[in-house]
Amino acid sequence: MIGVELLKLVRRPRTWVSVLLLCLLPTIVAVFLSVSRIAPRPGEGPAFLSAVLSNGQLYPAAALGIVLPIFLPVSVAVVAGDSVAGEATTGTLRYLLVRAVGRTRLLVAKLAAVIVYTVLAVVAVALTGYVVGVNLFGSNPEALTYATSTVSGTPLTTADLLQRTVLMVAYIGWSMLGVAAVSLFLSTLTDSSLGAALGGLAVLVGSTVLVTLDAAGSVRDWLPTRYWLAWVDLFRDPILWHDIQRGVLVQGFYIVVLLGAAWANFATRDITS
Amino acid sequence: MTDSVISTRGLTKRFGSFTAVDRVDLEVPAGARYGFLGPNGSGKTTTVRMLLGLVYATQGSIEVLGRPVPKQLRQVLPRVGALVEGPGAYPHLSAAANLMLLDAAAPWADPKPRRAGRDRRRRVHEALETVGLAGVGRRPVKAFSLGMRQRLGIAAALVRTPELLVLDEPTNGLDPQGIIEMRELMTRLNENGTTVFLSSHVLAEVEALCTQVGIMDHGRLVAQEPLDALRRPTGRVLVELDDATAAKTVFNGQVAAAEGRRLVVEGLPVAEVTRRLVDAGLPVHEAVAERRTLEDVVLSLTGPGSDRVA
Repeated sequence: MIGVELLKLVRRPRTWVSVLLLCLLPTIVAVFLSVSRIAPRPGEGPAFLSAVLSNGQLYPAAALGIVLPIFLPVSVAVVAGDSVAGEATTGTLRYLLVRAVGRTRLLVAKLAAVIVYTVLAVVAVALTGYVVGVNLFGSNPEALTYATSTVSGTPLTTADLLQRTVLMVAYIGWSMLGVAAVSLFLSTLTDSSLGAALGGLAVLVGSTVLVTLDAAGSVRDWLPTRYWLAWVDLFRDPILWHDIQRGVLVQGFYIVVLLGAAWANFATRDITS
Repeated sequence: MTDSVISTRGLTKRFGSFTAVDRVDLEVPAGARYGFLGPNGSGKTTTVRMLLGLVYATQGSIEVLGRPVPKQLRQVLPRVGALVEGPGAYPHLSAAANLMLLDAAAPWADPKPRRAGRDRRRRVHEALETVGLAGVGRRPVKAFSLGMRQRLGIAAALVRTPELLVLDEPTNGLDPQGIIEMRELMTRLNENGTTVFLSSHVLAEVEALCTQVGIMDHGRLVAQEPLDALRRPTGRVLVELDDATAAKTVFNGQVAAAEGRRLVVEGLPVAEVTRRLVDAGLPVHEAVAERRTLEDVVLSLTGPGSDRVA
């Protein structure tokens, strides 16, 4: 069943169009930067963008920083929101179930497909970022020792940078899984994939608003997007683990609760679509 | 009991305060062609969905192919082919790709676990051939006509050569030729041992195909009998002759209606009616025992459909 879901994912033009669009935005940004050579000043604009001019190897991190606030969650929410509700809309949900595909199994397969998509999207953006960055900004090995520095100012070796980039991809992937869990849960509630996707996004926007609101300080540490940007700490020296650990735990909490709710709802629900 | 393919006891489904299906005792004998009739909104589709484990019953028990549903759905469903409320397919894929995906989704139910891929291709091809879609090639389903989609839906139900076919409105969107074709297909499958459970509101379809009839009205099963029993003679004789009023005197008080050339006599066999008329010197053009049509039966048993909101 998981194989079938993956097959559906790769056969769907939408999958590839959305990944392509995700990779396009950082590429456009890189082209502008390399042509104009005007980088945002440190502390302004997406993280790391100020540093990429001196070393393209930092561009994967910058590229993910660009798509993280909106584009990445939107595409993950669309795919996850469509997973069950989309089947209901095309009328195939009832035929899958009538074909003796158990409800739990179907949900697990859908989740697996969403995870694969999320990883695919994050890795594709990171790889594109690397290729674009190295080609447009160069990765002069001599300059590397001086130019590639952590946010804290100490130099990074290429191996170190690679390791931290992999950690970053994993952390962002985990955060996106939180988005996926919200939309997947909503997807079992409604027959409208648009509703499920937008509902997932509404949660994110709501959370983002509350994170910046001092009056909501008492709940801030429990908001799903609170630690989204903590991956920047991976590029400090030494790595600042506190927020990252909290972020992993908070996302994990939401993922477990929401997937549990999705399962409980889907397994007991009347399928009338 | 054991030769029932579908058997329900007190099957009830409530959606909130609305009772969609009310204490239904279905009994579908093995090898039957069962017509499940009723106006729109009478609970047919909800019942079908409960039989297939899509909707959970509020009360009552279901047995399909001798096993309890939804408890043993996993054992039951691979032996059942179903078309529920119209076909469903992934619009960007071809007919064959759709059937392959759907069939591969439950590999533990494969009839031949070894060489499953090849077997699957063969079964999909055969199913498409059976419903007349063999030549459709790689065209995506979104380019299909309504009738083609319907055929694809029927093909999906046939891929696993089921013992029980549950078809909800299977002739929707088909042209008259297509309807006849499907009727012949179902008769043929039935002769090879498949029990056909056909839910429909098209009386002619059921009358032409089915051996058993169950009639739903407002969530209740108001009749369940062999078709012949439902259409038994009414005990009235319809006569056509030159002057009906003149013939009235021949039968004392047994005439139900006499108008123009039509005479309706009650409580006498056809032979007796014709004998008396001929004896009285009145030539008879035609005399037949009146049978109830399925339409009469259904209309007498059911109220207006719930889609009529007066």
